[in-house]
Amino acid sequence: MSAKIREVVLESGIQVKPVYNPEDVDPKQEIGQPGEFPFTRGIHPYMYRQRPFTMRQYAGFGAPHETNQRFKFLIENGQNALNVAFDLPTQMGLDSSDPLAEGEVGRVGMAVDTLADMEVAFAGIPLDQISVSLTINAVAAPIMAMYFVVAEKQGIPLAEVRGTAQNDILKEYIGRGAWIFPVEPGVRLIGDTIEFCARHAPKYYPVSVCGYHIRESGANPVQEIAYAYAIAKEYIKRGLGRGLNVDDFAGQISFNLDIFGNFFEQIAKFRAARRLWARIIRDEFGAKNPNTMMMKMIAGGGGGGLTIEQPENNIVRGAYYALISALSGTQTMALCSYDEAHTIPTEKAALISLRTMQILIEEMGIGDTVDPLAGSYYVESLTNEIEARIVTEMKRVEDEWGGIVKAVSAGIVQGEVAHQAFAYEKGIQDGSIPKVGVNRYRMEEEKRDVALHPYNPQQADESIRRTAEVIARRDSNAVKAALEKVRDAASSDQNLMPSLLEAVRAYATLGEITGVLKEVFGEFSEPVKL
Amino acid sequence: MTTKPIRILIAKPGLDGHDRGAKVVAIALRNAGFEVIYTGLHQTVDQIFDTALEEDVDVIGLSILSGAHLPIAEKLMAKLKQTGMDDKIVLIGGNIPERDIPSLKALGVVGVFPTGSPFDEIASFIQSKTLKVS
Repeated sequence: MSAKIREVVLESGIQVKPVYNPEDVDPKQEIGQPGEFPFTRGIHPYMYRQRPFTMRQYAGFGAPHETNQRFKFLIENGQNALNVAFDLPTQMGLDSSDPLAEGEVGRVGMAVDTLADMEVAFAGIPLDQISVSLTINAVAAPIMAMYFVVAEKQGIPLAEVRGTAQNDILKEYIGRGAWIFPVEPGVRLIGDTIEFCARHAPKYYPVSVCGYHIRESGANPVQEIAYAYAIAKEYIKRGLGRGLNVDDFAGQISFNLDIFGNFFEQIAKFRAARRLWARIIRDEFGAKNPNTMMMKMIAGGGGGGLTIEQPENNIVRGAYYALISALSGTQTMALCSYDEAHTIPTEKAALISLRTMQILIEEMGIGDTVDPLAGSYYVESLTNEIEARIVTEMKRVEDEWGGIVKAVSAGIVQGEVAHQAFAYEKGIQDGSIPKVGVNRYRMEEEKRDVALHPYNPQQADESIRRTAEVIARRDSNAVKAALEKVRDAASSDQNLMPSLLEAVRAYATLGEITGVLKEVFGEFSEPVKL
Repeated sequence: MTTKPIRILIAKPGLDGHDRGAKVVAIALRNAGFEVIYTGLHQTVDQIFDTALEEDVDVIGLSILSGAHLPIAEKLMAKLKQTGMDDKIVLIGGNIPERDIPSLKALGVVGVFPTGSPFDEIASFIQSKTLKVS
């Protein structure tokens, strides 16, 4: 009886009581029915009973034909969607031949210089059956244009093209860092893609707003959702500014959210986020269509929770993250693989991640009934508390920082997140945040001998040669004319997508297109505030 | 005794945008009493060299997570040697596999701190190396 009760404070700052009771659940809070407003319990009435979550591992490396092989390997093993990784030069709009690309071509994703590379990457992959997510941001507009043309060549009309582009530039300034242009033209490009898709490719998801990378950069779970929602609201305002009706496009904006940390805190975060989004879209934007109010997400096991130490432990962490994701009613799931703190996942590690998700849904009965944690005194109480805290943090962005665009341009959010990351790292180092294998049960003698994904430096030469061949074959006058149209559109308020489609069809390189945009837009100068 | 505080440049070379580690270490070293300058993202080796020169730093800490640490270190060390600035203490942090540490040291990198290295360890290492210099 004399043993002290341990105090528990979650990352979000919430004090956890040792016991929760019926009076902890606010009877005024709507939980509702699955598939009905405010969607606390999930966006579909029968969730995984009707359709299991989509499994979508992030993959891509080297030359487009190597990525094509990995895609086919994942599909043969039961994965039903792809998430394309691009190398850093591609993400930064640089061709493989650019001196700044040296040492990076094909290293962390596949290298794309022209439409020809995208044609190879998706050869033999039916784009009307496999849903493809493109992890690309600053140059999302030209890469989307390439993707649309590849689909067109497969005989799929624009109106039928499915898939998702990450295309969330505001989060790149906060975390991940693959930005090129200043904030305003960066956000304008998002507006162009949203408008274009709403009018011509209505089944395509042009933006996936990423709380994921904001949290990976140090934000706590409440900040993750609050900043993601501030960003998503900004994109919706841009769409409205193009004369679109909220119900015509906001339902095609999805979310990419992060899982690591406290088990129940994450589950409550997702349930709270779903309910809050429904309210924002209905009450602030006046949406009428319930589909617009549904927060659709990929909730993935995050790299931030994985450890370099005792890497096999990450397989276990991945399994818990998958369980959290399923109990949170995710639409799509992905897991960082156990070797990812060291390297790009090996085929074996990627397969273990895929099998983890398959075991969960096919062996464990996790999808037998919808939102099995509903009505839990603890989970419902935590859901309410987290929702309230997200609202408060969003108000701070609006009232104290003058909105997300200002806060990002001035480096305020970045500074906030960096200091939070520092506090977290200190907690790991002093042991106040427990991490098994790191500050608990550490094994000092252990060797870090995870098999590394090989990097082939010659692939840069191959990539440069491939592109040189394309350049030799293309009609250089058509390329020149198309690039001038890109320049004209960028300098005016015309939508850039039609001219980008023309440029990629003419096999203009990504570097050429980005070069023109840089001349018009300039480049972001990073506010370094620590 | 040194009257001037030790100046450290934390730099993010290359295209990789993962700057959590760079910022966290910069904050930790500043809290430990060093003068810290952070370059921000997407720096070329030449830009880092120029900043190190302008800011007259004692230590250059590179944060690299993309796997490109060997070519980047090679370039910077060559540049420092060429210009007679090889008295600068170069450290590398990030996602560095153990088997690459000897090659980095052979290039003249003084200390390698893989992800998760304790702040105290980094700070006292810098303290000890800069004492020998002055």
